[in-house]
Amino acid sequence: MTQRWPVIVFALVMAALPLIPEIPPFWIVLLNNIGLAALVAMGLVLLTGVGGLTSFGQAAFCGFGAYTTAVLSTAYGVSPWLTLPLALIVSGLAAVVLGLITVRLSGHYLPLGTLAWSLGLYYLFGKLEFVGRNDGISAIPPLEIGSWRMLDAGSIYYVIWIAVILSAVLTTNLLDSRTGRGIRALRRGHIAAEAFGVNTARAKLLVFIYAAVLAGLSGWLYAHFLRAVTPTPFGVHASIEYLFIAVVGGAGYIWGGVLGAVIVIVLKEILQSYLPLIFGGQGQLELIVFGLVLVALVHLAPGGVWPWLAGLLPFKRRPPRIDSSLHLAARPATELPPVLLQLEGARKQFGGVLAVNDVSFSVKPKEIVALIGPNGAGKSTTFNLITRVLDSSAGRITVCGTDVAGTTPQQIARLGVARTFQHVKLIPDMTVLENVALGAHLRGRSGTFASMLRLDRADEAKLLAEAARQIERVGLKEQIDQLAGSLSLGQQRIVEIARALCVDPVLLLLDEPAAGLRHMEKQQLAALLRQLRDGGMSILLVEHDMGFVMDLADRIVVLDFGTKIAEGTPDAIKTNPDVIRAYLGAAA
Amino acid sequence: MLEGEPALNTTILLFLLQDGITNGAVYALLGLAMVLVFAVTRVILIPQGEFVAYGALTYATLATGQIPGTAMLAVVMGLVAFAFDLFAARKAFRLKVILRAVAVDIVFPVVVLALTWGLAGRYNAIPVNIALSLLIVAAIGLFLYRIAFQPIAHTSVLVLLIASVGAHLALEGFGLIFFGAEGLRGPAISNAMITIGQLQITGQSLAVYGITIALIVTLWLFFDFTLYGKALRATAVNRLGARLVGIRTSLSGQMAFLLASVIGAISGILIVPITTLYYDTGFIVGLKGFVAAIIGGLISYPITAAAAIVVGLVEAFSSFYASNYKEVIVFTLIIPVLVLRSLAAPEVEEEKE
Repeated sequence: MTQRWPVIVFALVMAALPLIPEIPPFWIVLLNNIGLAALVAMGLVLLTGVGGLTSFGQAAFCGFGAYTTAVLSTAYGVSPWLTLPLALIVSGLAAVVLGLITVRLSGHYLPLGTLAWSLGLYYLFGKLEFVGRNDGISAIPPLEIGSWRMLDAGSIYYVIWIAVILSAVLTTNLLDSRTGRGIRALRRGHIAAEAFGVNTARAKLLVFIYAAVLAGLSGWLYAHFLRAVTPTPFGVHASIEYLFIAVVGGAGYIWGGVLGAVIVIVLKEILQSYLPLIFGGQGQLELIVFGLVLVALVHLAPGGVWPWLAGLLPFKRRPPRIDSSLHLAARPATELPPVLLQLEGARKQFGGVLAVNDVSFSVKPKEIVALIGPNGAGKSTTFNLITRVLDSSAGRITVCGTDVAGTTPQQIARLGVARTFQHVKLIPDMTVLENVALGAHLRGRSGTFASMLRLDRADEAKLLAEAARQIERVGLKEQIDQLAGSLSLGQQRIVEIARALCVDPVLLLLDEPAAGLRHMEKQQLAALLRQLRDGGMSILLVEHDMGFVMDLADRIVVLDFGTKIAEGTPDAIKTNPDVIRAYLGAAA
Repeated sequence: MLEGEPALNTTILLFLLQDGITNGAVYALLGLAMVLVFAVTRVILIPQGEFVAYGALTYATLATGQIPGTAMLAVVMGLVAFAFDLFAARKAFRLKVILRAVAVDIVFPVVVLALTWGLAGRYNAIPVNIALSLLIVAAIGLFLYRIAFQPIAHTSVLVLLIASVGAHLALEGFGLIFFGAEGLRGPAISNAMITIGQLQITGQSLAVYGITIALIVTLWLFFDFTLYGKALRATAVNRLGARLVGIRTSLSGQMAFLLASVIGAISGILIVPITTLYYDTGFIVGLKGFVAAIIGGLISYPITAAAAIVVGLVEAFSSFYASNYKEVIVFTLIIPVLVLRSLAAPEVEEEKE
């Protein structure tokens, strides 16, 4: 929940600026350029800073927006206001096509892929006859409201900055929502997000399109501001500059995009107008200095300027108010099948390594089963097979009677299986509440547009209430508004359990939940798990703390080198010679 | 290019093939250098193009008997690097470290400048000019890493990339000051001409092939059979792990940049007798090497080399059939490759700290 008044103050200041008597018209032009760049940078913040997808092609999307309106309004005489939705649709469609190709690419391929098509598109803009080749299109009509023709920089200024502030508000709303949490989870990898039902491929495509539409809007404004388009401002250099703006401002922050635009554009302007005065008209000196300043900036503030500035400003994030009377609908109480989870000869082979070798066991309702074994026994791999992070090489796994072969992790979550991870997968720069609310993703239904327009508040309040309830249940009420990254590792594991509980699961998979906990905390955890079992939930856990396991588990399955060597009650396992040999060696 | 219906006959076909392979070989070198630098330092080396232009134009300037500005730039960058080294060593002032810094950062570029001063114009021989150009660009590459990348070696790929672009802009600006807006051509390494049937092969093309193959083999030997090469590969796989076993990762980064700048300069020297190079040509040439590197996935040397040849051939043939769309075709070439890659290899989750 961010406060509204700083935005309102900012909007009022921006509205008042042109009214200052005798403000140089040139300043207004500069502010227009800043606004245009800020729009593109804001999209990049969402795409790169928040979503973790780097794009070198944003300027090309500006090009789609600008050329769409240029062609339609000059060659066909379409009103500029009518071309606005078309410009946005064209850039959005281009993003769908290019996104379907590139967004799937992992890691470094994505920036490289975007670099490639943005180069290709730049040359294409310069060669195609109907967009005027390298000469571009000129004499684009200005925007008009009634008889008011926005011919000068001062009039279109308002259109540009209304667009900037509106986009910033809508984007802030989007990030502070169910969909937004899915997007913010992307940067930490797709496994955790998918385990709670986020369709990561769709979320990536969504931010890609969103960023492209913002760029298209900027392009449309650009075309009617300068009233001429050429390919140059849509080339790779421009794209790189937008990326700079986002990184310099602070790639993770929406207002960082605006701040970055101010810094970079003002800096360029100063360099271009004053350097020649100091050093004479020598070549591209400003290019050199600009490059050097950029290198220096990322050295001094790799996280961008905004977080530093925001620390100095008087407004703080206000923790959301939670109405604890709200409840999400619980899972429909159907008769649970006699066996919740069944593994029959499950097998996983990585090249020549048999990580899981024909393992069979089952978990029944209201049962705590422990999966133990020395390091490398295949316990976590078994978890990954059940939750479909990995494909089984052979064998059959059923959850609530459904064969999981060919399903996605999201569908497993939908069946009521929730999990935690051996290596904690929380989003460190989100609060505990937000992290846990991600677990309830499948239980909300508000989409992108509803979130942007704040029509999701009723739905969102229920999700947050549920998250707060689970946090209280695991005993972390004090930490609810802290950033997840600031908690101790043991507490982070407990946050993961709260997140899993938000799924309203029938089966809970816990990967080393007690690691990093103190003795008292372990006892509290054991009590909580027993309480959950008595409430009707089944738990499958991997754990190394034998005291904890023996005390808690109803049944124990022992793996060694991927093979099941024993199964039985804790007492039977304690005395099983095979188990002792596996843990202590043959001589024991 | 030809107007009207292009007719492809054997002569043209052979010419295009030769042209494509020659350019492709140069792209292969650049692609390899980019793969090398990315693997070791995670820097996407946008300034690779400047290494090409600096190498080519330094060589061409030396051939006219003048002293290239790059020699001075190397000295200045050395001084800055020295300041960085001193600052880094402020907590533990050890004589050995200081002496090394003096030798590498100050003595090396000053000696190269002195040599350039002494030899330029007076002793104008192609091998001498090549050696000087390589030394100058090597020094610039080394210091570039020390100044722009070593202090932020631990940050994200994105931050490194921004620094890389900043370095590219600054170096390109210096290029304009040193070499002017006019393009330059350098003397050919060999003026020989071999005729086999309808095929005429210039000595320069042969030099390109020979040097490319020699470099690829050298790199392969270096990485697979020397301790230094293995240390570089170890750094690429796991930075922290490499440090724990005693590899100095900052040295690995400097090595990678040194190699990349020398390779870039060699590429430039190889092509400057064939085409006129401008201070900013390097960017586009470098990007084509980059396309090859992407096709190779930034990991595979043989695939990168093969892809570079394909890029060169596609460029040659598209300049014949659709010269207007040459660049469009070259740069969109990688999209189908990327699609295939994304279909073949599912996304792998990277564990980030």
